[in-house]
Amino acid sequence: MAALPELEPGTLPPEAAALRAEVRAFLAAADFEPRADCWLTGADPAFSRALGARGWLGMTLPARYGGHGRSPLERFVVVEELLAAGAPVGAHWIADRQIGPSLLHHGSEEQKRRFLPAIARGECFFAIGMSEPDAGSDLASVRTRAERDGDGWRLTGTKVWTSGAHLAHAICVLARSEPGSERHAGLTQFLVPLPADGVTVRPILSLSGDHHFNEVVLDGARVPDALVLGAPGNGWAQVTAELAYERSGPERVLSTFPLLRLAHERGALPAAALGRLAARLWALRQASLGVAAALDAGRTPAAEAALVKDLGTRFESEITAAVREHAGIEPDPGSPDPLARALAQAVVQAPGFTLRGGTSEILRGIVARGLGVR
Amino acid sequence: MDDLLAATADRIFAGGGDVWAALTAAGLTTVGVPEDAGGSGGTLEDAAAVLRTAGYRAAAVPLAETGWLAGRLLAEAGLPLPDGPLTAAAADDLARVPWARDARGIAVVNGDRLDYYERGRFDAAPGANLAGEPRDRVVLGPEPTASGPCTADLRTRGALARAVQLTGALRRALDLTVRYAGEREQFGRPLGRFQAVQQAVAELAGEAVVADVAVRAAVRAPDDPVAVAAAKANASRAAGTAAAIAHQVHGALGVTAEHPLHTVTLRLWSWREEYGSEHAWAAELGGRATAASPLWPFLIGA
Repeated sequence: MAALPELEPGTLPPEAAALRAEVRAFLAAADFEPRADCWLTGADPAFSRALGARGWLGMTLPARYGGHGRSPLERFVVVEELLAAGAPVGAHWIADRQIGPSLLHHGSEEQKRRFLPAIARGECFFAIGMSEPDAGSDLASVRTRAERDGDGWRLTGTKVWTSGAHLAHAICVLARSEPGSERHAGLTQFLVPLPADGVTVRPILSLSGDHHFNEVVLDGARVPDALVLGAPGNGWAQVTAELAYERSGPERVLSTFPLLRLAHERGALPAAALGRLAARLWALRQASLGVAAALDAGRTPAAEAALVKDLGTRFESEITAAVREHAGIEPDPGSPDPLARALAQAVVQAPGFTLRGGTSEILRGIVARGLGVR
Repeated sequence: MDDLLAATADRIFAGGGDVWAALTAAGLTTVGVPEDAGGSGGTLEDAAAVLRTAGYRAAAVPLAETGWLAGRLLAEAGLPLPDGPLTAAAADDLARVPWARDARGIAVVNGDRLDYYERGRFDAAPGANLAGEPRDRVVLGPEPTASGPCTADLRTRGALARAVQLTGALRRALDLTVRYAGEREQFGRPLGRFQAVQQAVAELAGEAVVADVAVRAAVRAPDDPVAVAAAKANASRAAGTAAAIAHQVHGALGVTAEHPLHTVTLRLWSWREEYGSEHAWAAELGGRATAASPLWPFLIGA
């Protein structure tokens, strides 16, 4: 019988306290409207550049690539402070969270020198071209194809739900590069600078009418060999490693924290309701920190990361439910009342919480497999 | 260190016989009580490793009461540590004192004073929790055997002890459920092949793991009231979810006296209430959080 290993609590390094104070001082002086789900919907390139100037993007990258040689746990501190404040971190989010580390692991020297310093400055935003119209949870069924063309490739296919592609300077595309290959074999990741000939980015409006997602149509877009990420055919392994980083960060617990903060300031929640949320948040943060520490120690706690995301994203909507129950306000994106606006953001963004980065059902399947139940 | 302790404790609990005598001989009843006070020494994390194992094995012994509670209180008060099982209580709450009838003595927290009553100086009228563990009504005699200073909050300490025991029991509920889902066949295949069952088992695992990491973090910060409140609230919350899912997967077999599941679930349902339920600790934490401003630094303690 397989079993989940025990998740040890993570301990923040001593430097964390000073770093946290710096971030709080920066945030106190910054000018932005706090919003729920800020890491998807709060894109502000100038804010991203300001973070880059302070050394808070690409933190874990080595200095020779423009990074800052900090530990993932120091990045954890910066990220949780930004999210708790509802700061507009959406523009650089994907580049900082996963493309940077992925480039560092799999990228060529030339790719690292080209992209990493710009990512760390907040001047290079990335989009991820994974999902397709017929490949959602079943990512291995991607159909976008990469065909050999001299010393490069031509990409043809359609990517969807591509967050921030309209702001991005490049997109990382997962495509089938071996004709006739199936499932996990024959997939390759390509780095495609934007805009590019043969690449069309079109908005997919969210149910709220807002523009965060895009459809990215690749119509024979040419990519030189120099922009293949990692080894051709190794795309699946690279993507699944990326997902482990993607799943258990503080953003899987804190998407609606700005709503809770406003409700608390307003005195809108009775002690029992506030305490229930506070207790849950405390525990989920410990779990998220535990996964971060395990990743830092070189382990890949895939099942643990999956269960943290499952419970964390459910918690995000528990905040919304408590505010609905007790605050006596209606969600209204145009309201002069910031609490009504934050409630509106939390309600309309909620369906995405338990879908993006792996649906709850997929995640529980991963947990069950980790336990040997299959 | 704590892995070794847990392994030793597990052998004793799984071995049967006179478990208390074996624990005493191995020095496991007073882990976490300083050696110069007569205990076995070690950290609170070491003590938690033993206690978690006891919870896993549903061991019917006053382990939390003897070392974690009474032993540490006596040591802090500068009082000698008697041999044998002990228990602890608050002077204003003597209605359900754990294991009182079996205890060599009771450490009674009375404001800023600890009063120790040796057997013979108190009466214990039998009572029990759902799992049949003694929870006795105690009447203290006129004079304690000895007294000393006390600064501890017994409810907070008891809550953390029960939270640790709960995480052991949660883990056992998970293991039993995973095993049963792999063995029991219906419709020609193991229960674990059904996605609906897989999803339920994953939810049980999620609750158990999140409670466990929270309790481990609180054991490292036992004087942080936010940590202890959050730990007990999550462990108690997880107990209900875990017991319900474990029984649902086990079907009718799980509700029989013959199957070991009930030794765990009866404890989950008892311990989640003792020293404060998830509701009580949420209210306590919420009261502090309401008064705190801003909320975020209060919550993360930084």
